[in-house]
Amino acid sequence: MGILDSKVPSGPLADKWTNHKNHVDLVNPANKRNIDIIVVGTGLAGGSAAATLAELGYNVKTFCYQDSPRRAHSIAAQGGINASKNYQGDGDSNYRLFYDTVKGGDYRSREANVYRLAEVSGQIIDQCVAQGVPFAREYGGLLDNRSFGGVLVSRTFYAKGQTGQQLLLGAYSAMNRQINRGKIQPFNRHEMMDLVKVHGKARSIIARNLVTGEIERHSAHAVVLATGGYGNVFFLSTNAMGSNVMAAWRAHRRGAFFANPCYTQIHPTCIPVSGDHQSKLTLMSESLRNDGRIWVPKRLEDAQAIREGKLKPTQLKEEDRDYYLERRYPAFGNLVPRDVASRAAKERCDAGFGVNKTGEAVYLDFDAAIMRYGKEKALTSGMKDADDGAVRALGEEVIETKYGNLFQMYEKIVDENPYKTPMMIYPAVHYTMGGLWVDYNLQTTVEGCYSAGEANFSDHGANRLGASALMQGLADGYFVLPYTIGDYLSNDIRTGKIPTDSPEFDAAEKEVRDRMEKLMNGKGTHSVDYYHKKLGKIMWNKCGMSRNAVELQEAIDEISALRKDFWENVRVPGSADSKNQELEKAGRVADFLELGELFAKDALTRNESCGGHFREEYQTPEGEALRDDENFKFVSAWEYKGEPKDAVLHKEELKYENIELKTRSYK
Amino acid sequence: MKLNLKIWRQKDAGSKGKMMDYTIDGIDGDMSFLEMMDVLNEDLINKGEEPIEFDHDCREGICGSCSLQINGEPHGPDRLVTTCQLHMRKFSDGDTIVIEPFRAKAFPVIKDLIVDRSAFDRIQQAGGYISINTSGNTQDANSIPIEKENADDAFYAAACIGCGACVAACKNASAMLFTSAKVSQYALLPQGQVEATERVQNMVRQMDLEGFGNCTNTGACEVECPKGISLENIARMNREYLAANIKG
Repeated sequence: MGILDSKVPSGPLADKWTNHKNHVDLVNPANKRNIDIIVVGTGLAGGSAAATLAELGYNVKTFCYQDSPRRAHSIAAQGGINASKNYQGDGDSNYRLFYDTVKGGDYRSREANVYRLAEVSGQIIDQCVAQGVPFAREYGGLLDNRSFGGVLVSRTFYAKGQTGQQLLLGAYSAMNRQINRGKIQPFNRHEMMDLVKVHGKARSIIARNLVTGEIERHSAHAVVLATGGYGNVFFLSTNAMGSNVMAAWRAHRRGAFFANPCYTQIHPTCIPVSGDHQSKLTLMSESLRNDGRIWVPKRLEDAQAIREGKLKPTQLKEEDRDYYLERRYPAFGNLVPRDVASRAAKERCDAGFGVNKTGEAVYLDFDAAIMRYGKEKALTSGMKDADDGAVRALGEEVIETKYGNLFQMYEKIVDENPYKTPMMIYPAVHYTMGGLWVDYNLQTTVEGCYSAGEANFSDHGANRLGASALMQGLADGYFVLPYTIGDYLSNDIRTGKIPTDSPEFDAAEKEVRDRMEKLMNGKGTHSVDYYHKKLGKIMWNKCGMSRNAVELQEAIDEISALRKDFWENVRVPGSADSKNQELEKAGRVADFLELGELFAKDALTRNESCGGHFREEYQTPEGEALRDDENFKFVSAWEYKGEPKDAVLHKEELKYENIELKTRSYK
Repeated sequence: MKLNLKIWRQKDAGSKGKMMDYTIDGIDGDMSFLEMMDVLNEDLINKGEEPIEFDHDCREGICGSCSLQINGEPHGPDRLVTTCQLHMRKFSDGDTIVIEPFRAKAFPVIKDLIVDRSAFDRIQQAGGYISINTSGNTQDANSIPIEKENADDAFYAAACIGCGACVAACKNASAMLFTSAKVSQYALLPQGQVEATERVQNMVRQMDLEGFGNCTNTGACEVECPKGISLENIARMNREYLAANIKG
């Protein structure tokens, strides 16, 4: 396999990580003080990695484009974090979490990585509680759990609909402790512009101070990229406005292979698009599918009447509603995995059953849950003969305590009360399973350059299960990287400071400056957003929830032409040597214009359907994804060779020694 | 709808700023306030002018990046929302809207509507944490039962997004609501007890060093807070601070 050695340790699955940890080289505490590490991105993965590495004694520099590490987009994760604690006694175990994750990923992830993730999941909860993360609790004082899609146990820990916020603030507090000790130097409002290699090893980054516009050189013995996903290639997504692929793409251009770019998660429960002015989409947590029932009208004429405003959803009788997930997937019902739920919503809307003006929305209805919780609450409060009105009021209170912030957010955006009328939802781009290829140690194909969290490709295969992103980010940062990076750095104890005046730095800085100058000197007919929106439309229409060979080829051609147009005609006002948000956006969109093409190429090469990648040519007669394990049981890792069309494919064959490959069924 | 906008423009921290007039048309009630600003900026770019810079990121009310003093109120006229979640349906055709950065000595302007809120980070760095290593060798999570009411109150305090609206709303530019939210989160949890004395002293000291004013119990912060952080937290911090100082 040559360059794509996954470095998975030998031995039984359950012992791999422990054995590996026992055999990695360690760096003694005195030597750690002489070693510098750069961490780019301060979300769950980057923040937790930075804090832990600094605690161990390394000198850490963190970089984020936001004004504070606390604002990284991990903060927006809502529903929860999985862990195989089995506190509910419902049969959970490391193996089950591992199995669910591999199956949920449609058998396209690496077994050993996923098992390690399950293995450390419990420690994450222990760690966070010790840090003072206020998880939801039961009246007895112990931790509460809820269920998420694609699993049959309750293993999700949560803090209302703000789990990501609370976990990120936990990691941020751990960082703050190290900043206070001087072990972390934070560089906020800084953007990584390039990765610098010296003698083949990642030794530093070129960064731009976003306030002054200065270009800075920062050296280190290793570089960690924890810079999140690339969902914003679609323009409209649930990502933050600033989320971008620049750091990962710069590393790709320096030799880091980019894996499975076409694996994108389209999340089923988001607030539908309201118009052309829309700048981003808002997620309604998957946790809502615990209690909400998804439906559209059974009859086309009812759907039409609703779209025209002549009929209200609450007027439609139970028998005139099509609870299509419960109908198609009786075993998992509304809790099927995200890819399955999204495609099912698209199928109904394409068939003409959509319920908003644009015809691209389905209902998420809490009425049944409100009445069910209301009855239980009435009984436990001694109100044996409560009438419907009283039961409903009690039920609404219960729903409020569970999802209050989400309901409030929906009401502010849509201007409708979701306690009284069903929510309208539609799928939206949310998470990217693809990312920088990493081995078992989370090292990319560039020596000394590591990648953690959503930025790497490793754990979620072709589809991520809910509440697994937070788990992976913290597992990578708190519990994996600190060991594996030490093994690498044990060879650097005599290296000394990396000088920043070498020819490699000069060359990298010159490239960065030339590129910015080129962006500033476009002939100036269109704004950056004009190009970003155009790219987003191509991606959504041709590389979105379902794809086919003809349209993917069209996408490749169109994106390539758009990229050429962009470089000639983009208009970036202001100057490069001061705060300039348009220049920041331009640099990011330039990289999306390359990534988008590779994305389409990857999707075109993968002649099968799996997880979030649905090729219309490859489906069962019932319209389910048709995998081709014989020919496509591999990770696609792309090597940069100039234009995206020239990228070279390398394959990492996936071996399943502990799980039998099956057709994924949630029926 | 058509709107008249009066917006603060300032080249950089060292330059003098001023209010500038803009008009904008075709604004839809379903747009968020920042989407209205996007439309204005697109216009400005197309006219060859420099767009107005403002902080924003998640646009779903949780990252705390967006700010803006809108018609004299942090995050504008709606309650319990950040600027990114404020929708134009709260305004009417022909309205004049005054848009300024958050004003406080401790929040210097960086450019246009962007201010430097790093003072908040430094307050957190002074003690907003529990000193345990992230080794993974802590006790089992369920070995620390916590009364649900305290856990819930700790959560409500921890829901602060660090946007700075409390400071911008306060006539004294006090950061007491922000600081007390973090102090309260830990004060309500058993894990936070060990370092309680030092924490409150260090965080309050840093808060004062940054140049924030004192609290005079006006309560504007609570009204304007997009996350509904309660004034009770300030009372709790004062109790913690008093107890810490008696203890020494």
